[in-house]
Amino acid sequence: MADQTYDAIVIGSGISGGWAAKELTQKGLKVIMLERGRNIEHIKDYVNSMKEAWDFPHRGGRTQEMINNYPVLKRDYPLRESNLDMWVKDSECPYTEVKRFDWFRGYHVGGRSLTWGRQSYRWSDMYFEENAKDGIAVDWPVRYKDLEQWYDYVEKFAGISGSKEGLAQLPDGQFLPPMEMNCVEKDVAARMKTFYKGMRPMIIGRTAHITAPHPDRQMCQFRNKCVQGCPFGGYFSTQSSTLPAAMNTGNLTVRPWSIVTKILYDKDSQKATGVEVLDAETNQTYVYKAKIIFLNASTLNSAWILMNSATEIWPEGLGSSSGELGHNLMDHHLNVHADGIMEGYEDKYVFGRRANGIYIPRYRNFFGDKRDYLRGFGYQGGASRQGWNHEVSEYSIGSEFKEALTEPGNWSMGMGGFGETLPYHDNKVTLDKTKKDKWGLNVLSFDAELKENELKMRKDMLNDAIEMLEAVGVKNVKGTDTNPYLGRGIHEMGTARMGKDPKTSVLNKWNQVWDAKNVFVTDGSFMTSAACQNPSLTYMAFTARAADHAVSELKKGNL
Amino acid sequence: MERRELLKMITLATGGALIGGDLLLSGCKINAKSDGTFSTDDIAFLDEVAESIIPKTNTPGAKDAEVGKFMTVMVNDCYEAKDQKIFHDGLIKLNEASKTKFSSSFMKITAAQRKELLTELDKEAKTYQKAKKETDPNHYFTMMKQLTLAGFFTSKPGATEALRYVAIPGKYEGSVPYKKGDKAWATS
Repeated sequence: MADQTYDAIVIGSGISGGWAAKELTQKGLKVIMLERGRNIEHIKDYVNSMKEAWDFPHRGGRTQEMINNYPVLKRDYPLRESNLDMWVKDSECPYTEVKRFDWFRGYHVGGRSLTWGRQSYRWSDMYFEENAKDGIAVDWPVRYKDLEQWYDYVEKFAGISGSKEGLAQLPDGQFLPPMEMNCVEKDVAARMKTFYKGMRPMIIGRTAHITAPHPDRQMCQFRNKCVQGCPFGGYFSTQSSTLPAAMNTGNLTVRPWSIVTKILYDKDSQKATGVEVLDAETNQTYVYKAKIIFLNASTLNSAWILMNSATEIWPEGLGSSSGELGHNLMDHHLNVHADGIMEGYEDKYVFGRRANGIYIPRYRNFFGDKRDYLRGFGYQGGASRQGWNHEVSEYSIGSEFKEALTEPGNWSMGMGGFGETLPYHDNKVTLDKTKKDKWGLNVLSFDAELKENELKMRKDMLNDAIEMLEAVGVKNVKGTDTNPYLGRGIHEMGTARMGKDPKTSVLNKWNQVWDAKNVFVTDGSFMTSAACQNPSLTYMAFTARAADHAVSELKKGNL
Repeated sequence: MERRELLKMITLATGGALIGGDLLLSGCKINAKSDGTFSTDDIAFLDEVAESIIPKTNTPGAKDAEVGKFMTVMVNDCYEAKDQKIFHDGLIKLNEASKTKFSSSFMKITAAQRKELLTELDKEAKTYQKAKKETDPNHYFTMMKQLTLAGFFTSKPGATEALRYVAIPGKYEGSVPYKKGDKAWATS
């Protein structure tokens, strides 16, 4: 068992792990970043990034063989030929579903920062205060004023394009120029403003794309091929942003194929001393030691690592003394959509492919509105003009049919909701000691579901979407509500929540494990509630803040 | 914003849901691959069917895009076994329909006759697909037509010559003039 010592260990290389590595190395610490999967080198390893539809034998679709090999990934859009190498092989990494949970994972350097949706929204105090107001779970130990400077900090580096709107529920940030709404969206936004008297603003999506010159990266080229890997570094990922910054310090070592099986804990000092690593390729075990550890393995795997750590002291694992480790599992519930046809724009079209849409921030249960459920939802959507796959009623085959299909069809306008899920104690993951993965490690068992509050909310999500589209003049509006399952939002949160009291939370307000102050957990597992907006920007801000605190405490000799 | 794109995949110019491939977004049954294979004659036959649906005009047609071969790849790799069988049987049924109507095999009838025959089959398939229950088998001509359109418009000649495509747009403009006859973008 070889030993190696660093100042800090970062477990995981996704959005929050990349930020931890950048911040810690820039502050002068020698850091090793451990990633359980393979390396993906920026640009060079984006093997599909310059491919066109016709370069894929199935034009980017899915084969029966893929469906057989990916029993989880097949449940939604991620399973496709164009970026299969950026998702985990389900067969190697099984898990148990007491209740269905769609877990879409990316085990490689960069994690899901390579495949994320890139939508980036701040929280306001209207979200941070809500648990306390509603008497739900526990209060957040922080408020917007604690986060504001860190949002500023991460936005400036990551590059977030957006428009300043002055909305109380969705604070403005340090934005690069916004992307443009198209002609239909602009008119819909104006009609919404009139119809709802400004209470349901529709804005351009705030997205982690470079829309003005930005150091060491090229601007978004509007190819809309983000998920195939961007050779321009047009969107934020570990590879395009935080990793090169960390490497430039000379202080970072990246070790792929490193499955952290446990955090090593010393009960005399009440601190972690390092981690144990199983090499995923050789099955050899290694130990790495450090003064501080950042746990960024993604929400559920971070819970898994904690559950496997310090079990000689706490049978349920490090951080389990509160009884909350693995509990309060949240996601955003979605797959509620509506869309229809917008007439009157037949003489208008677009140029370029914008990997972004519109956003309608939450308005339910805010500003005096009161529903028969708690919290609310936001919408993402947009208008677009149909291409060759539009309906042609006059012709069925032949040259006239072909010519009709080569012209664009109708404009359509649609939106889909992203709803908040509440942190329920009994929505949880546990270790399944009867099932093992490819490496002989116990797997996670999921026992979580949408409950009455979310199901009531979904009715509003559907009805409001239909109502709004009809109100702005969209015709033939159709709505759907499908797949009410957790996981599909790919926004797992809450399994090691932060709080004010070690009896009811796993982490303190600095993301430190109450029972091991030199362990910082800054991926989605720290989330005390979920809000309804895409969470990654908030993970970035908390990570930068925690890293700053960690180094400051280290210098003071407190860690 | 990837999620939005899914909506568009579901409805096609053929009407109804896309068979195989991207339709299988939830809870599909897994069947073993059938051992039906396609001969070069089959591919030539499918090329002619596809060319009748999307003929060469002043822009390339289905044969230029090797749509017949594409169909066989998709059926072999992406279709469930039950749909593979329907497709294979469909080759024979289509030829039989030609013999019944024109006393000659599909490969031997004229372009005008092919158009007449396939127009009838398209009507039959549309009526059938509309009325059928979800669990009922699909119509073979719906499959052939869907694969022809997808295969052609996502091919290089289809996307770049019949439609318009710019690999690296470099910018987004949300309102540009459009006049009747201007080509659609290959992807959005």
